[in-house]
Amino acid sequence: MAKIIGDILINTERCKGCEVCVAACPFTVIAMSKEVNSKGYHFAMKVNAECTGCTNCAIVCPDGVITVYRAKVTTE
Amino acid sequence: MEELFAKPEIRKPENIVYKKTDLMVDRPLSYCPGCGHGTVHRMLMEVLEEMDIQGNTIGVSPVGCSVLAYDFLNIDMLGAAHGRAPALATAIKRLWPYRFVFTYQGDGDLAAIGTAETIHACNRGENITIIFINNGIYGMTGGQMAPTTLPGMRTSTSPYGRDVQTMGHPLKITELIAHLPGVEYVTRQSVHTPVNARRTKKAIRKAFEIQKEKKGVGFIEVVSNCNSGWKMTPVQANKWMEENMFPFYPLGDIKVDGKLVEKKETVS
Repeated sequence: MAKIIGDILINTERCKGCEVCVAACPFTVIAMSKEVNSKGYHFAMKVNAECTGCTNCAIVCPDGVITVYRAKVTTE
Repeated sequence: MEELFAKPEIRKPENIVYKKTDLMVDRPLSYCPGCGHGTVHRMLMEVLEEMDIQGNTIGVSPVGCSVLAYDFLNIDMLGAAHGRAPALATAIKRLWPYRFVFTYQGDGDLAAIGTAETIHACNRGENITIIFINNGIYGMTGGQMAPTTLPGMRTSTSPYGRDVQTMGHPLKITELIAHLPGVEYVTRQSVHTPVNARRTKKAIRKAFEIQKEKKGVGFIEVVSNCNSGWKMTPVQANKWMEENMFPFYPLGDIKVDGKLVEKKETVS
C-alpha cells in the first residue's frame, strides 16, 4: 500500500519564533522549543511524526525557514 | 541539538515540495517576528520565478518598514522618496516599456504622503503593478496613527482610540482607486493563513499578467498585521485582524477586467 509521508526541515537559526506555523499546521506537528537559538528566540520544532508534507507551515512562515519534503513510500 | 522525528530517508533534493525561493537573498529579514512582509516578499518572488521574468523586472521600494526590500529581493530595485514610488515606477515603465515594474508600498507611504502620486498614476492607467501592504498603522516609526487606522483603534498618537470627530475617518484607498478608469484589476487579500497566502500569490500573478498585456494598473492590497505596533503576539494580532480589520476591509476582488465586482466576496 502506498502512503504519502512528509517531513519538514526547520532552519532553527533563522526562526524568529512567531508561532504562525504552529497555528497553520493541521496535524500539530510543530511546537515551540524550550531552548533558544543564538538570537534568543524559541524556535519551531517537530514534535511528532504525523507530517504529510502539506506545505502550509512553509507558506505562512514569514521568514521562509521551513523546507518541506514529501514522498510516496510503498509499505507491505 | 539532535533533531527528533526526522525522516532522513525522504530528505532528498528530489522530494522537496517547498523551499524558500532562490530569488530571496539568503539573509535574515529585518522584519519583526510574524510580520506579513516576509510572506508577501516570498509570494512576489515566487511569481517572478514562475513567470521567469526576474531578470526583466524592476521593483520600487518605498519608505517604511519595507524600505530595505532591496536587501532581500534578488532583483533590480530602486528606492523612491516617501510616497513617490508610483511616480518613479511611471518613469521607469515609460523609459523601458518592455520591463516589468512594480511598487511595494505600505499604508503610510501609499495612502498618506503618496496619495496624489498613487491616484494619478492609477488614473493615467500606467502599466505597473502596485502592491499595497495595509496594517492600519505606521509600523516603522513606532505605531503612530495612519490614515487607514480603524475608528477606535489605539495607537501611540491616538492613545484613547481614533476619534473620527477630531481625527477623521479611515481612508479606504483601494475602493477609491477601483473607481478610476485606468485601473484594470483591484483586489484585497491577506497572508495570515495558508489559503489566503495562496490567494495573494494568485492575485500577484494575475496583476503581472495584466501588466504583460498592457491593460493598466494592477492593484493588490494585502491586509497585514503589525504585531509590534498593535502590541500583541503574532497569533493574537492575526486573530485581531480577522475580527476587526476584515469587517472594515473585506477581502476579495473589487475590480476584475476593468469592471467593478458587484457583490464583494468575504473570506476569512
